[in-house]
Amino acid sequence: MAFAFDNIDTLAKRMLLAMQEYTLFCWEAVANVLRAPHYWSDVMTQCDLIGVGSLPIVVLTGFFTGGVLALQSAASLAQFGAQAYTGRFVSLSMIRELAPVLTGLMVSGRNASGMASELGSMVVTEQIDAMRALGTDPMKKLVTPRILATVVMLFLLTIVSDTVGTAGGAVVAVFISHQNGTQYFTSAYQALGYDDIAQGLTKPLFFGFIIATVGCFFGMKTTGGTQGVGRSTTQAVVVSSVLIIFGDFILSRALLWLYSGI
Amino acid sequence: MPDQALLQSETEPQPQPGQQPVVVFENVCVRFEGPPVLEDVSFQVAPAETRILLGPAGVGKSVLLKLANGLIRPDCGRIFLFGEDITTMPEDVLLKLRTRTGMVFQEGALFDSLTVRDNVGYQLMERHLPVDEIDQRVHEALRFVELDHTYAMLPASLSGGMRRRVAIARAIIDKPELLLYDSPTGGLDPVTSTTIDELIVKERDVYATPSILVTHRLQDAFTMVASRFDTDKGQMVPLPHGQTNSLTSFLVLHQGRLIFDGSTSALVSSDDPFLKEFLA
Repeated sequence: MAFAFDNIDTLAKRMLLAMQEYTLFCWEAVANVLRAPHYWSDVMTQCDLIGVGSLPIVVLTGFFTGGVLALQSAASLAQFGAQAYTGRFVSLSMIRELAPVLTGLMVSGRNASGMASELGSMVVTEQIDAMRALGTDPMKKLVTPRILATVVMLFLLTIVSDTVGTAGGAVVAVFISHQNGTQYFTSAYQALGYDDIAQGLTKPLFFGFIIATVGCFFGMKTTGGTQGVGRSTTQAVVVSSVLIIFGDFILSRALLWLYSGI
Repeated sequence: MPDQALLQSETEPQPQPGQQPVVVFENVCVRFEGPPVLEDVSFQVAPAETRILLGPAGVGKSVLLKLANGLIRPDCGRIFLFGEDITTMPEDVLLKLRTRTGMVFQEGALFDSLTVRDNVGYQLMERHLPVDEIDQRVHEALRFVELDHTYAMLPASLSGGMRRRVAIARAIIDKPELLLYDSPTGGLDPVTSTTIDELIVKERDVYATPSILVTHRLQDAFTMVASRFDTDKGQMVPLPHGQTNSLTSFLVLHQGRLIFDGSTSALVSSDDPFLKEFLA
C-alpha cells in the first residue's frame, strides 16, 4: 500500500513539474513574438508545411463529415417532417463544433507528431545544441514560428472545413436525399448568426496554440535517442488531442455564456 | 603508447604575459540524476593554447566541453569565458558570447535540412551578411577542409569523415576566438582521423586559435602534440625527434575528477597508476 502511495506521490510531482515546464515554455514562446530577432521566413515556411500540407486531409474530412451529418440528420428529421432543416443542422454543427474540432484533431495528428519528431531528432543528434553554440535561440528560430504558423493556418483551415463541410452536406442532401439545393443553402444561411461564426472561429486560435506548443514541447524535451523520439511523438499526439477535446468543452461553455448568456 | 622521446625536449606552455585566460574553470561540479558527473574541476586555457582532454568513455568529457560555452550550467563553482562569468549569465547574453566560439560536435551535428553551404554559412546568414560575401567565405572555409566540391550537397550524402570536416568548416568560418572539439575523430578510420588531426593542427599553428579538444584516442592526441603544420608544403609534418608543441598540453579526467593538468612530458612520466594504465 505504501508503495502505491509512493508511486502516486512521484507521479503527481512529475505531472506538476511537467505542467510548470510547459507553462514556462509557452510563456517564453509567446514572449518571443515581441523580441527580436524574428524569423518571418521560417513562419512562412511553416505556414506552407502546416497549412497547405494539411489542406487535403482537412478538405476530405470536412467534406465527408458534412455529408454524414446530412445523411444522418435527413433521416431523423424526415420522421418529424422537418427534412427542410437539414441545411440548418449541418451548417450549425459544422461551424460551431465539428469543423474546429475535427480540423484541430487532423492537424494535431499530422503536425504535432511532425513537430515532436523533427525537434526530437534535432535534440538527440545535438543539432539544437549546435544551434545554441552558433548563437541562435532555438525557441525563437524553431518554436515561435511554428506556433504563429499553426494558429494562423488552423484558423484558415477551419474556414475551409466549414465551407467544404457545408458543401458536402449539400451534395448528400441534393443527390441522395433529393432535397432542393436552394432550400438547403437558404436554411443553412438563415440559421447562422454572428455569434455562431465567432464561436467557431475562436476555437481554432486556441487549438492551434495547443497543437504547436504541445508538439514543440515534447520535441524539445526529448531524451533517450531514437526510442525517445518515438515516445515524444506519441505523447504529443495523445496530449494535444485530449487537450483539444477538453479545451473544446471549456471554450464552448465560456463562449455560450459570453454570446448567449447561457 | 606515447613515444618516450616526448620526454626529451619540451617547453612548458607559456601563455603570453598580460593576456587573460580564454577559459577558466573554478571548482566546477555538475550532476544530473545519480552520482556527480564532474567534481571540483579547475583549469585554465591560455590564449593560443590547445588543451587536449583525455579520459575513458563516459567520464564527462563532453559535459565539460558543453560547460565551457554555457550549453550546460554547473551546479557549483564558476566558469569564465573570455573573462566573463558565464555561470549564471542569462541565455540571451550567452548566445552573443557563444558567437565568439566555434564548436565541433561528436557526430558533426550538421542541420539535416540545410545544404553544406547553408550549414557552413549559418552564422553569417544569421547576421544577414550579403550573399556574395557569405558564398565567398563558405568557399574559403570549405577549401580549408578540402571539401569545396560538397558546397551544394546535403549532409545525408556525406560520409562520417566529411561531416566532421564540414562541421570544422562551420566552426571556423567566423574566425572564432576559442575552438571546442568534441571527439572529432571518434568512430573514424585511421586515414580519415589523420586528415581531421591535420586540420586541427593547421588551425592551431596557422591561426593560433586556443582550443579544448576532447578525445579518447591517444594516437590522435600524440600525433597532434608531436606535429606542426608546414605552410610551405601545405601539410602536417612531424616535429624533429623528441620535440613537442609547447602550447599543447593535457588534461585527464577520471571518475569525474581532473587527475592531471600539465605538459606532455609530465603526462608520460607520471607515476599515477591510472595514468600509467591509461597510457599503456
